[in-house]
Amino acid sequence: MATRQLSRSALAGGTNHEGFLRHRNFRWLKIAGGLCLVSIVAYLLIDQKPHPNGGSAYGYTLGTIGALLILWLTMLGLRKRAMTRGRWSLKAWTSAHVYLGLSLIIVATLHTGFHFGWNVHTLAYVLMMIVILSGMYGITVYAALPRFLSNNREETTQTQMLDTLRSLDRQLHDAAQPLDAGAAELVRRSLEDNPFGGGLWQRLSGNYPKCPTRIAQLELRRMARGMRSSVGADPLEKVDMLLERKESALTLIRQHLRYKALLEVWLYIHIPVTFALIAALAAHIISVFFYW
Amino acid sequence: MAEAYRVAIVGSGPAGLSAAARAAQLGISHVLLEKTDHLSDTIYKYQKGKHVMATPSQLVLRSDCDFDAGKREAILDVWNRQASEQKINVRYHSEVVKIGGVAGAFTIALKGGAEIQAEAIVLAIGTQGNPNTLRVPGVETNTVQYQLDDPGEYVDEHITVIGSGDAGIENAVGLAADPEQRNTVTILNRSADFSRAKDANVKLLFSMRDAGRLTVMTDTAPNLLEEGFITLDTRDGVAKIPCNRVIARMGSAAPRKFIEECGIEFTSPDREAFPKLSPVFESTNAGIFVIGALAGYPLIKHCMNQGYDVIEFINGNRTLKPADEPILEGKFKDLPGRRGVEYWLEFLRDNVAILEELSPLQMREFMLDSDVHAVRKGEVVFERNAPGSSLFGIASGGVRIEIDPRDPTRAVPVRAGSVFGEVGLISGRRRGATVRASEDSILVEIPRNAALKLMASVPAAKRALARISVERQLLQIFGSGLGPGDLAEVVNSSEIKSVKAGETIMNEGEEGYDIYVIRTGSMIVEKTIGGKPVFLSYLPAGSYIGEMALIEGGKRTATVRAGIKSEVIKISGEAFKALLAKRPNLLEKARADMATRQDLNAFIEAKKDSFSGVVDMYSSVAGFLVQNGIGEATDVLLIDENLCVGCDNCEKACADSHEGLSRLDREAGRTYAHLHVPTSCRHCEHPHCMADCPPNAIHRGPDGEVFIDETCIGCGNCQRNCPYGVIRMDKVPPKKPSLLSWIFFGRGPGPGEPSKKWSYAHAKGGAEQPKKAIKCDMCSGIEGGPACVRACPTGAAIRVAPEAFLSVSRLERIEG
Repeated sequence: MATRQLSRSALAGGTNHEGFLRHRNFRWLKIAGGLCLVSIVAYLLIDQKPHPNGGSAYGYTLGTIGALLILWLTMLGLRKRAMTRGRWSLKAWTSAHVYLGLSLIIVATLHTGFHFGWNVHTLAYVLMMIVILSGMYGITVYAALPRFLSNNREETTQTQMLDTLRSLDRQLHDAAQPLDAGAAELVRRSLEDNPFGGGLWQRLSGNYPKCPTRIAQLELRRMARGMRSSVGADPLEKVDMLLERKESALTLIRQHLRYKALLEVWLYIHIPVTFALIAALAAHIISVFFYW
Repeated sequence: MAEAYRVAIVGSGPAGLSAAARAAQLGISHVLLEKTDHLSDTIYKYQKGKHVMATPSQLVLRSDCDFDAGKREAILDVWNRQASEQKINVRYHSEVVKIGGVAGAFTIALKGGAEIQAEAIVLAIGTQGNPNTLRVPGVETNTVQYQLDDPGEYVDEHITVIGSGDAGIENAVGLAADPEQRNTVTILNRSADFSRAKDANVKLLFSMRDAGRLTVMTDTAPNLLEEGFITLDTRDGVAKIPCNRVIARMGSAAPRKFIEECGIEFTSPDREAFPKLSPVFESTNAGIFVIGALAGYPLIKHCMNQGYDVIEFINGNRTLKPADEPILEGKFKDLPGRRGVEYWLEFLRDNVAILEELSPLQMREFMLDSDVHAVRKGEVVFERNAPGSSLFGIASGGVRIEIDPRDPTRAVPVRAGSVFGEVGLISGRRRGATVRASEDSILVEIPRNAALKLMASVPAAKRALARISVERQLLQIFGSGLGPGDLAEVVNSSEIKSVKAGETIMNEGEEGYDIYVIRTGSMIVEKTIGGKPVFLSYLPAGSYIGEMALIEGGKRTATVRAGIKSEVIKISGEAFKALLAKRPNLLEKARADMATRQDLNAFIEAKKDSFSGVVDMYSSVAGFLVQNGIGEATDVLLIDENLCVGCDNCEKACADSHEGLSRLDREAGRTYAHLHVPTSCRHCEHPHCMADCPPNAIHRGPDGEVFIDETCIGCGNCQRNCPYGVIRMDKVPPKKPSLLSWIFFGRGPGPGEPSKKWSYAHAKGGAEQPKKAIKCDMCSGIEGGPACVRACPTGAAIRVAPEAFLSVSRLERIEG
C-alpha cells in the first residue's frame, strides 16, 4: 500500500526494538552459556595432575581466556566514548559485556581450581568478583529503574526542575520581606539550601530529615497558630504556600536525583575496582611466570 | 465645448504621474485625471510613516519623477513638488465613468457630467480601488476592513490581519509596533510561506513574532466570524481566537467591468487575469494604453518606467527599448541565431505552456528572475541527487528523464511545452533523476521562488503545474508500464482537494468508490470496533487508498482521516475502473495491495475480543505519536523510557559525530506510556524549515534526510519556522584533543559537547565565528548510520519511519 520506499526503516534498524538483555534473541547469553558449559564439562573430564590448578594446560587455557576477556570487557569504556564510524552498536557491546562478564564467574573460579589464600592471586580473584557483583547490581537497576525515572519526571527536564526551584526561591525571597527576624531566618535557611547538597546516603535514600524547607514550613505554621489569621492578606500565608510548593518541587528533583544516583552509583565501584583488578591481574601473571 | 487634449492619463499614481511628467517634458498637451483631491491615492493611503521600498533592485529607474526607497511622506512630497515644477496639468475630483469613441477622438465622461476629448488614453488606475473581499460567514455583521490608514488609531483590540502579501505584513507590523497600544495582533497566511512578500518585510515580521509582539499563523484560513471571535482552520485543526477587527489584505483585482466596457479584452476569464496588451502597452481597443498595476505591475519602479515609455510610444518613438533591455540582452546572448529580446520573450511564452497567460510585460519581469539555456543533444541538464529546486520549462527540443539510475536507457521523454524539475517546488528534495537533452533544446530555468511567485500570480500556471504533477505522481504510483496517454482520462477526472487536520475523506460503512491519492501530508486509517475508533494504519504522502470498495464492491471498510493538513488527489472511480480494465497488470498490483489491507482488517476483527485492552493501548499510543508530529515525519528518533538510563550517550555521540554540537535534546519532549519523543528532527515530509531559507541551503538527501548545507547564512528563519524546536543556532566549537589524551592526560573536555566556557576559552583568535543553523542530518554519509542509535548502551533509542512503526503488526509485539 505504501509506495514510499521502506528501505529507510531497514537502514535504521526499524522496528527491531529489543533491549540490551534481549539483544538478537539473547545471542550473547547463548555464547556465554556455551563457554561456561564447555569449561565445566572440560573441568570434569580432564584429569589434572596432581590436582586441579591454574598451572595445568587446562588452567592456562582458562586463565588466558579470562585475562583476555577482562581486558576486552574493559574496552567497553573506550567503545562508549569513541564515536567512530562503522556498523557497530553499543547495545550489542553492552549485551556481550553483560553476559561474557557473568561467564567470568565460572571461567575464573574453575581457573583457580578452588585454591584460595592470602596472596596477590586471590586478591585478583576477589577484586574481579567485586567488579562482577557491582555489575550485577547495575543490570538490576538498569532493568528496573528507568521507568520510575521516567514516571517521576513526567516530561520535565532536570533544567526545568532547577528553574522552577530558582523561581520559587525568588518569590520566597520577596514574600519573606515583611516577616519578623525569626521567621525570616527560617526562610533564609531554606533559600540557602542546595538541592544538590546532602551526603551520599541522603542522595541514595531520598530521605532528607533536616530539610530546611520542611523545618521552615513547620515552624512558620506553629508561629501562625498563635496569631490571628486575616485570610489572604497575611504574608505568612503566602510564604507558607510558597514553601509548600517548594517542598513538592524539591521532592520531585530529589526523587529524580535519587534514581539517577542509584543508576550511577555502582559505576563508582565497578570502574575503579576494574583498574585495581587489572593491576592485580598483571601482578598475578608476572609472578606466576617469574616463579615458574 | 469639451476640453481637448492629445493624451488623457487616468490615475495619478506612480505610473500615471510619470506618464504625465514625460508628456509635460515633451510638451504634449495632456491632462492627468485624479478622482480624489491629491496625487497618488494608493500611496497616500499607505500607513503613516510607512517605509516604501524600491524593488526590484536590478531594475533601472527611467522617469522624469524621482523615486527612491524612503518614507511615504518624503516620497509624496517629492512628487507633489515635481508635479508643480514640471507644470503637469492635473485635474482633481475627476472620476472617469465612461470612455467612448475611437482612437484619435475619445470622449471621456466624468462624474458630474463634464466631458473630455482626447486622442489617446493612458489607463493607470491600478487595482487598489477593487480589493478582494473576505468570503466567510459573519463578514456582514462584523468589523472587516480592507485598508488601514493609521495603525496608531487602534488601541486595546484583538486584530486579525488576513493576507500574506506586503500590505498584510505591513499592517500587522504597524499595529503591533507600539506596545503602548496594547493590541493583540495575529496575521494569517493560507499557505506555509510568504512568497509574495518582499524579503525585508518577511524578516521584519518574523523578528516581531520572535519578540512576542504578534502571532503568525501559517497554513491557516478563516472559517467563521462571530461577535468578538474568529474561528480558524489551522494545520492542526480548528482554533477559535478573540477578534474585534479583521483587516483583510488579500490583494486586489482590476475593476474588470469598467475596463471591459472601455472595449478592452482580458487574457482569460480568471478574476486575477490582466488586460491583453501589445509590447507598447496598447490594449485591444487601439488608442487606449494600460500601464501599472492594472497591467500586472504592482511595483512602483515598473510603473514609473512604463509611464515614461508609454508616452514615448504614443509620441511615435518606435525605437525605444525598455529600461531592463540590457539585462535581458545579457540573458539571451548565448542563444543560437542572433535574435532580439522581443523574439525570445515571445518564443518562450508561446512554447512553454505554463507561461502562456503572462502578458508581455509580466514575461519581461519573469525573465529578469529566470534564466534560459541552450543545451546540445546528449548534454546533462542536472544529475540525480544534485541539489537544486528550480523548475525547467522546455521551449524547444526535448529531454529524457532517466528513471533508473542503473540503466540510462530506461527514460521517460518530456517534450517541448512541458516542464520538469517540478518536484523541487513541492518538497525541496534533491533531484530524483538525471535529465538529459534528447535533442538540441532551449530550456528556461525558473528558480523556486520565481516559480512560486508565478503560481501565486498566474492561476493558469498553477493549474497547468498541478496537472503535470498529478500525472507524474500517478505514473510513479501505478507505474508498471503506463504512459501519460493511458492516464489522460484519470487525470482529467481528478481533482486536488485540500483536507483539514482531522477531517475525513471517507467514512466506514459509506457508499462510494472514488480513489484517493495522498499528495501532501498524511492520513490515518481507523476502524470502529466496539464503539471505539481503533488505529489501523498510517499512510504517508504517495500512498493511495479506496481501491477496496472499487474492486470488490460494497461499502467502505474503514474511516480515513487527515493526520495533518493534507492534499489528496481524488480520482473518479469510473475512470479508474476503465483504466484497470485496460491494464490487467495494474489490476493485479492493486489486488496485491488490497490483500495486505484485508489481512489487516481480518486480523483486527479476530483479535478484538481477545485483547481489546492492548488494542486500546496501541490506538492511544498511535494517537499520541500523530499529535507530536510523527504524522508528517519520515524518520523519527524515539526513546523507550523502559530502557533509557539517562546516560545522555546519544547526545554525546551526536556531538562527537558532528563538529562538537549535539543536534538532539534527549530529556526534552513529550512522553506517553514510556514512549518518549525527544527534541530531534523528524525529517518532515514537507519540511517547515525549508519554507523561507534565503540562500536555499536546506535540502533533502537521498535517504530522505533534511539537511542544511554550508551556504547557511545564520539568519535563523528555519529555527523559527520549525514547529518542533529542533533547530539550534550555534557556533562550531574549537576542535577537542583526542579521546586518548583525555583519558590518559585529562586534556580537553572529554566526550560530548564541550561546555560554552571551554569553547570560549579555547576559541581561535581573530574573527568572531558566525552562528549557523544546526540540525539532525540523520548522520548522512557516516557509515553505520545515526550515531544516537549506535551509541545507546541499552537499546532505548530507536529510529523509525512512521509507516513501519504505526502499523498493526506492532500489536503482537506489545502483547508479547
